[in-house]
Amino acid sequence: MSDAEQPTDDHGPGTESDDEFEPIQVFPEAEDMDLRPGADNCYKCSTCDTNCPVAEVDDEFPGPKFQGPEQWRLKRQEDQDIDDSVMKCSNCMRCDSACPSEVPLSQMHNTARGEYVEENMSKLSREYWRNRMLANYRTLAPLGAMFPRTANFVTGLSVTKWLGEKVMGITSERELPEFATETFREWWTKRGGAQVENPDKRIAYFHGCYANYNTPEVAKALVGVYEHFGYEVMVPDQSCSGTPMFANGMLEDARRAAETNVSELAAAIDEGADIIASCSSCSMSIRQEYPELFDFEGTEDVASNTWDAVEYLRVHEDLEAALADAAVDGDRFEDFAYHAPCHARNQGLDGQTVELLELIDGVDAHDVGDSCSGISGTYGWKEENYETSMKIGEEMFEHMEHADAEQGLTECPTCSMQMGHGTGYEITHTLEVLAAALLESDAPSSAD
Amino acid sequence: MAIEDDVLVIGGGIAGSMAALSAAEHADRVRLVTYKQSTLRSASGLIDVLGYTPDGTGPLADPFDALEELPDSHPYQRVGTDAVREALDLFDDIAGDAYAGGHTETNALVPTHGGTVKPTARYPAATAAGLASDDRDTLLVGFETLPDFDAPLAAAHLEAAGVPFDTRGVTVSFPGIERDDAKVTRYAHLLERNESISMGGSTTGAREALVSIVDAHLEDESRVGFPAILGDEHADEVRASLADALGVDVFEVPMGPPSLPGMRLEDLLYDALGDAGVRVTSGVPVIDYETANSATSETASDAVAADGGSDRETPDDGDGERIDRVIVDRNGTMIPHHAEQYVLATGGLIGKGVRSERADESETDATGVVFEPIFDCHVPHATDRYDWFVEDAFGEQPFARFGLETDQELRPLQADGTLEFVNLRAAGAVLGGYDFAAEKSGAGVSLATGYVAGKQAGTQVGEEAGK
Repeated sequence: MSDAEQPTDDHGPGTESDDEFEPIQVFPEAEDMDLRPGADNCYKCSTCDTNCPVAEVDDEFPGPKFQGPEQWRLKRQEDQDIDDSVMKCSNCMRCDSACPSEVPLSQMHNTARGEYVEENMSKLSREYWRNRMLANYRTLAPLGAMFPRTANFVTGLSVTKWLGEKVMGITSERELPEFATETFREWWTKRGGAQVENPDKRIAYFHGCYANYNTPEVAKALVGVYEHFGYEVMVPDQSCSGTPMFANGMLEDARRAAETNVSELAAAIDEGADIIASCSSCSMSIRQEYPELFDFEGTEDVASNTWDAVEYLRVHEDLEAALADAAVDGDRFEDFAYHAPCHARNQGLDGQTVELLELIDGVDAHDVGDSCSGISGTYGWKEENYETSMKIGEEMFEHMEHADAEQGLTECPTCSMQMGHGTGYEITHTLEVLAAALLESDAPSSAD
Repeated sequence: MAIEDDVLVIGGGIAGSMAALSAAEHADRVRLVTYKQSTLRSASGLIDVLGYTPDGTGPLADPFDALEELPDSHPYQRVGTDAVREALDLFDDIAGDAYAGGHTETNALVPTHGGTVKPTARYPAATAAGLASDDRDTLLVGFETLPDFDAPLAAAHLEAAGVPFDTRGVTVSFPGIERDDAKVTRYAHLLERNESISMGGSTTGAREALVSIVDAHLEDESRVGFPAILGDEHADEVRASLADALGVDVFEVPMGPPSLPGMRLEDLLYDALGDAGVRVTSGVPVIDYETANSATSETASDAVAADGGSDRETPDDGDGERIDRVIVDRNGTMIPHHAEQYVLATGGLIGKGVRSERADESETDATGVVFEPIFDCHVPHATDRYDWFVEDAFGEQPFARFGLETDQELRPLQADGTLEFVNLRAAGAVLGGYDFAAEKSGAGVSLATGYVAGKQAGTQVGEEAGK
């Protein structure tokens, strides 16, 4: 951590670090991971604790203030290890925007979790291997995708679920996500790549794992919408964004994935592209967590050139005018119960979908409020967290059921699993609605 | 292009919300951008107008009498007494049944968690049954796991303050809470959902369990005060069901941070923003601006970094420059936002709308600068940092009055008295010239200045479009 970005206390002028005096220098130079940066900015107001969805339903969980700044103080005592409660943090990162003092809480939690897994968790334990498997979905998914029908059949079997829970500690309550019969990348290759060439308008699409293996329709919608606006779409090689690895304290796995991504995406930037992500956790990871935790060459550059897919169009095209002229026929995309993922919320994107969908004739998105869905990536897949996860989600389920809609809308793959799981609704991605609205007049093949 | 709006309000507290709501009455496209969650989460939820005069006289029975006497530099003097009344009217419309106190111009006296009595103009309905002017005997209930409210001590303080009723405090254990430092939201959640908890070998709802514990302590008091943790979204229902079961009135005592009444006020304001069609962007800071004249920005940070924080370059004409767009830092990506009119409501030193630092890197240097970080608007202050405060902690602290000076329309002024920008107004604690903590005027100044700044910005958009 010593080599990564040092959080500063503000965005104001004159805070550029200087060689003169840094209080951190009072302590010995940190060799790798260190919880200190930002710890002293915490003035114990506990606002973060009131935003923590886990602390709200679980009396045993000491909350973000403890996991970050307090953990640092305890660690100063030689006999204290990282507290194992850090594994109960779901990495929703809500504490970050709660803090009035700009303490980098989620960065501290990532660091603490990394250290806990590295030093305190047995590498032979079931928990470690289960977490590692969940975190490295990207490595396992190709197997499933190779034989999607078989994989879907096998994972759907009750005996598989029973084994999963008993042997691996993966809850049997959930339906494992189905693998698409054709991955996005397979489709992309078969299609012959980009259909639009444009040296002046290029984007490199970071599709992430889920849109590739499970919901290629989202990725295809993105391609359709961007080509509609005349963009040349590049699909660089990529690894997992790292989000599930951060959440499981697998910082070395995350580092390897990030290194691949940064070098591939930096190369795309060199070719004149901006980076676009359709998953809010992927964009969060690249924009915020990479610069906080890693310092590969180009990390900062990649972070500052990465965009949310919809926001990019808002800033670079007249998306509002395009949508005001658009309409969606039929009732497939009519009324939605919209849930803003925590990782979209933390990027200030929570109002965007509702704002834009209002413009489209025939579509309404009803915001179901600011509660967390509760699944938080791999968190809600673990047998021991399932109940907490559903308790957190309860408020969202209720609001969805009260909303004037029978289907859900969100930008996060795991939120959408939880939404579907809790309400039985079909869940759509915002890009799919935009594609339906904008490409109506285009040839039907463009979004298929 | 940029993300386009008519009025852009920066800051999501009372002043910013009020500015956006009043702007939305005159302009179509209003956006509110707020960085970290507002300090409302730390606020009592009380709406004070003026509890004490700047020279310490009070508690004031009628704040409006005293408004006329305030010094010219005070924000209330800039906007005028009528604007304060109009702002409160708008607040009353927004709050509906959630707040009380609108029936009178005089201050209400609300008992606080420390056992003092605070003069305030509007108070949450949850607090209404607890007013100190009401002479019914009172039982205060605190919880072992919630050290911020020591009920016996608060009761003793209230008695010593001379309240016209008997007060008694008891400390009990809260059913279903084991931790010493459980989050206030955890208490609220248990009651709101009436979660099942095991008590004495059987399972019961959290509310019933709480009632049975409190009932055992209730003597002939006709009202019971709890720390403000009685539910969140459905606080009314929680309070009513406890009152029903106990057979007495139930009220909440406002608490320190983090504060549920503050969170509920935040929800109230944000729901109103949603209803008014205001677009809200939260979680990301505005860090910079560009003027209409300059393609490349004369940015606050560049200017200050270059000259160590002294004044921004004076514009050529005395009319001030026009802000074309502001830059939002979205986790590293810079997003331009354009509007015709801007309102700055980023808070004071606590909310970080006003910041201070040493003028010089050297540790021994006594000089300091106080600045407004986004637009680098002029903030009057002494050069010597030792002149920023006085020895007496409760004395007249100069730093408490740090903030922007404005004209009658709340447009920030430069040191020479000319406008900083023609299309920027300021509201709330970013304004200087008053000490909200000593005067108990924080929420009132935010409401009144937010109301005026928003109204001016909104009508300006209409007028310019009409031209």
